[in-house]
Amino acid sequence: MDAIVVEDLRKRYGDVQALNGTSFKVAEGEIFGLLGPNGAGKTTTVKVLATLTKPDSGRAEVVFHDVVKEPDAVRRTIGYVPQSSGVDREATGRENLTLQGRIQGMKAKALRERVDELLEVLGLEDAANRVVRGYSGGMKRRLDVGLGLVHRPRVVFLDEPTTGLDPEARTAMWEELGQLARREALTILLTTHYLEEADHLAARLAIMSRGSVVVEGTPNQLKSSLEGDAVTVELSDGKVDDARAIIRALEGVREVRVEGRQLRSRVESGARAIPQILSALDRSGIGVEAVDAHRPSLDDVYLHYTGRDFRSEDEAAE
Amino acid sequence: MVGRQVRNLMREPIWIALLVIQPLVWLTLYGQLFKRVTHLPGGGFGTTSYITFLAPAIVIMNAFFSGTWSGMAMISDLDRDVVPRFLATPVSRVALVASQVVRSALIAIVQAVIILLVALALGVRIDSGLRGWLIVLVAAALVGAAFAGLSQAIALLTRKEATMIALANFIGLPLLFLSSTLISARQIPHWMQQAARFNPVNWGVDASRAVVLPGTDWGSVGTHLGLLLALTIVMGAFATWTFRVYQRGL
Repeated sequence: MDAIVVEDLRKRYGDVQALNGTSFKVAEGEIFGLLGPNGAGKTTTVKVLATLTKPDSGRAEVVFHDVVKEPDAVRRTIGYVPQSSGVDREATGRENLTLQGRIQGMKAKALRERVDELLEVLGLEDAANRVVRGYSGGMKRRLDVGLGLVHRPRVVFLDEPTTGLDPEARTAMWEELGQLARREALTILLTTHYLEEADHLAARLAIMSRGSVVVEGTPNQLKSSLEGDAVTVELSDGKVDDARAIIRALEGVREVRVEGRQLRSRVESGARAIPQILSALDRSGIGVEAVDAHRPSLDDVYLHYTGRDFRSEDEAAE
Repeated sequence: MVGRQVRNLMREPIWIALLVIQPLVWLTLYGQLFKRVTHLPGGGFGTTSYITFLAPAIVIMNAFFSGTWSGMAMISDLDRDVVPRFLATPVSRVALVASQVVRSALIAIVQAVIILLVALALGVRIDSGLRGWLIVLVAAALVGAAFAGLSQAIALLTRKEATMIALANFIGLPLLFLSSTLISARQIPHWMQQAARFNPVNWGVDASRAVVLPGTDWGSVGTHLGLLLALTIVMGAFATWTFRVYQRGL
């Protein structure tokens, strides 16, 4: 069963076409990742699915309810954890959770038990009766996640769950999310611009770029779809175009892309290609600073499918 | 929703102190300072006790200020993304705006009761008894609610604390002085008297004062309260409209 169905969503904000025909499906019980640099349209997609905003065209359904035609039904089945913390800082952790539960129509006794349960699972029982303003960043994010789970939704949207957390807090959060997913039998849609996060957490992911989904699959599927190895060569001088032509002409090289002084190529075998590349460049008098070969990463996947470098696009959009 | 607003308020001891102390300061200080004003030729005060003249006006003035400043809490909520989280739940959109307005009305009533009790202790007598008390509370609640609605709308449109503060002062102070809050209407220059007729703060002040002082003109009280009610509804609609504008921008 598909918990989430998104079909050809389009949305424009002023001059910006945030969503340009986004389509994908998420099966029940999956942890699904929407990966892409800032500005790709991930947050907008989540906003449409969480019924915060309406698409200009296209269709989206969450657990068989249309987000535009039946928003309240959708709101009852989903939990939404926004990108920037939505907690009420002047209230305590317990109060935040309780209010959220009441808004969702939970009855007093069941609510109390649920809040206690969540506080324990999230590791916030000690801080439960302290005002949120005194919480650390990681604690606030955990509370954020709790707020999205109080009413036992079937689908949870996590928009950039670990952005802004230090590496330790981030790893801790990954573990908790994994545990929560298993415990609550949830369908999770998470958005992220951290490649390792998508790789680590998502069972399946869709890569978004400039408003649409470019490719969908499990992390391994996507990486294997790029046959061969990835070889990166960093030049010590700027003769990138010559170098590119030289490498491209070698046997077993599939494609070469340039970024700054780096040339990234896909080759049949890294072990065979490296000495060939190095000697070819050496013969032409082009200096090499560093060379590296590895199995394709999501970074390479992204580059391959969109023709753009993930990191620089991410930084440019910030 | 209202519970949350009230509880957050109670948590700040500074606010509680201000709620109670500020009106009392106005009442006692101004009461003493302008004592002799009631003896001015031309009169129009309806009483020689300035404090009797002033007390109902202080009630209204406080309701006005607390309403006008209530938008700050909304700006803070908007800034912190608290509102989008609520919007993803089935909570009524109207409740989000309305809870602030109700909060302001409640604060206005609480302050009104405190001020009137102190005024009683200082020798003020409310001429129309219990009915008079209720009228004053209703007027205070309406003034608080109406300006809270306006404040919410400004909060949703501007989203900046600095702008909110500037606007609150820009609107607030003239409204205060273009009225008979501090001094009888007859003592004010004619053009200001005319302007005051359109001032909602003045409607509240007139209605409250009319029931406190002897010789109440119930017709005019009714008119003023009716106008305040209409204003509250209009401001409520305005605030709801600005909320939709905010939603469209999400």
